[in-house]
Amino acid sequence: MSATLEKGIRVLKEVIDAPIASYFESCVHCGLCAEACLFYTETGDPKYTPIHKLEPLRRIYEQEYTLLGRLKKMVGLSKPVTDGELDQWQELVYNSCTLCGRCSAVCPVGNDIVYMVRKFREGMSASGHAPEGIKGAVERTVTIGSPMGVKLPAVQAQMKHVEEDYGLPIPLDVEGAEYMVMLSSMEIINFPEYLAAVAKIMHQAGKTWTLCSTAFEATNAGIQIGNSDLAKVIVSRIVEGAEKLKVKTVISPECGHAYTALRWEGANLVGRPFSFEVKHIIEVLDEFQQQGLLKTEGFETDKLTFHDPCQLVRRGGVIQQPRTLMNLVAKNFVEMPDAGYMNWCCGGGGGASAIEEGEALRLEAFKKKKSQFEAVKPDRVVTACANCRIVLEESLEHYQMELPVIGLTELIAEHIPDNAPQAAIKS
Amino acid sequence: MNELQFLTWVRGPGLDIAVGIFLLGVLWRLFEIYSLGRKKDLSAPRHAAGASGLHTVFRRSLPPPGLLKRSPVSYIGGYIFHIGLAVVVFGFAPHILLVKNLTGLSWPGLPSQFIDLAAVVTMAAMVVMLVDRINKPVKRFLSTFEDWFTWAVTFLPVLTGWMAVQHLLLPYTTMLAVHILSVEILLIVLPFTKLFHAFTLFGSRWYNGRANAHKGVPV
Repeated sequence: MSATLEKGIRVLKEVIDAPIASYFESCVHCGLCAEACLFYTETGDPKYTPIHKLEPLRRIYEQEYTLLGRLKKMVGLSKPVTDGELDQWQELVYNSCTLCGRCSAVCPVGNDIVYMVRKFREGMSASGHAPEGIKGAVERTVTIGSPMGVKLPAVQAQMKHVEEDYGLPIPLDVEGAEYMVMLSSMEIINFPEYLAAVAKIMHQAGKTWTLCSTAFEATNAGIQIGNSDLAKVIVSRIVEGAEKLKVKTVISPECGHAYTALRWEGANLVGRPFSFEVKHIIEVLDEFQQQGLLKTEGFETDKLTFHDPCQLVRRGGVIQQPRTLMNLVAKNFVEMPDAGYMNWCCGGGGGASAIEEGEALRLEAFKKKKSQFEAVKPDRVVTACANCRIVLEESLEHYQMELPVIGLTELIAEHIPDNAPQAAIKS
Repeated sequence: MNELQFLTWVRGPGLDIAVGIFLLGVLWRLFEIYSLGRKKDLSAPRHAAGASGLHTVFRRSLPPPGLLKRSPVSYIGGYIFHIGLAVVVFGFAPHILLVKNLTGLSWPGLPSQFIDLAAVVTMAAMVVMLVDRINKPVKRFLSTFEDWFTWAVTFLPVLTGWMAVQHLLLPYTTMLAVHILSVEILLIVLPFTKLFHAFTLFGSRWYNGRANAHKGVPV
């Protein structure tokens, strides 16, 4: 057994807990999880059945934690997990799983399958079987500071741009601000409108906010690859930044996994509860709206639909808020079939969009999203995750569909009057 | 061993051994699984109506939106044979008498014609499920020896019980002994195969519901 395989198997043994044991024992091979997975429904290939993606982990559980399994192992009746097998499983655990969690939502015996995939990735990563694309993203985040290699000067250049274009100040490293705003590389490079939108919204709401020079990148490829040690390094920067600036709330950008990393995994990674709150920008906008701090004017009149990012909805609990906000600025907002809690993934979540060799499969799986769009024929698609947005744009282009994709935050900001009186600053 | 001795053995020592292995097996397996424990979630919880472990324990008995249409045989067949098994096992007067003799607990039985019908419907549903497992690519792909074996071990007690009551194939005494033996095999096999989901599914649903309720998601 190679050293890395040994390490991987040790990690797999460590991640197995009572829920995972209970889940494996409960599976009756009914195959219903396949019906919930876009990689199965769009390809018809049974190997993409979610529970099958966990077969090596199941065997480790059986061989290490059950009496019968240990007996079988002793007398040489069990099949050991090998490097070759894990290598073969890379496609199943990464390329064909976006951690969307639909399987966990349908399993009749209640198995949280995506929880197990997330844990299995810990062992895959430790044994050196993670895809090169995500490995690179993690390495860049740890060494440079962001998965796309964005450094502070790029952020500062964008800040300057927004300040000049909108005449709104972009605060940096302001101690005691109420909100610390995080960005994703995707927004810094591809969607600069986001920062301008936040500045406009915060200005109208009269809230104090800041960016942080040591922690501006919110995405966490460590979570996607399944390496808790690296995920911890990445999330710790944000925790330190937020504590140094003594902010009350850290705002996750329009990015699904950044939200999961910060909101749900963060405290568990650093091993203590946070001293600040974590909210997705959509939650903050919804709160502002409820408090009368978000005033919009005018409506979009073309047909708009909302693509729910999996990590925000099914895995994050932000379900109603985007709908309230959509109705605030859209006269013709239509829901796709399965919208909300059971929405279908764009096909590129969970790090899948970073895997080059997975592109053909991803585009095949996108047919599910395409059919959702075709069912309502929207003029534009609104979403709240920069990764969903880029994956949707690329896939729509591949299928030659003319369908612009925009971010919800910028859509809201477009309806804030430029000369809006600033609310009194309360702090 | 003649048929009477066979019946005496399966009713006496055979039953004791099977029930013993079943009870110890269940306790051991529950310990083996749930003593692994889990880490406390340190993230700040969000609360939402209808989101809890208990909610999910009940809610998962119903198909989520769209799934019934995608896999009708799994749901309809599954409901029929699970409910049918419960009716036959707990509604048949002689079964209740056995439980009364063993534990002192008793409840009214269902009419025997109804039990008869329930047994036939249960077997039909199980055969349909078996055919579905053979025909459906996903189910066939997932199936191992254990899936076919546990199907047979569950099917035989229903079949032999029904045949004993109908006086088919073998003399009543022999068929009754075969029936009891098949139940004993089921009891011995249950804790160590996927049939153990009868116990763990409550824990699994609860864990899933609990973890997602922490995020404010009713699953």
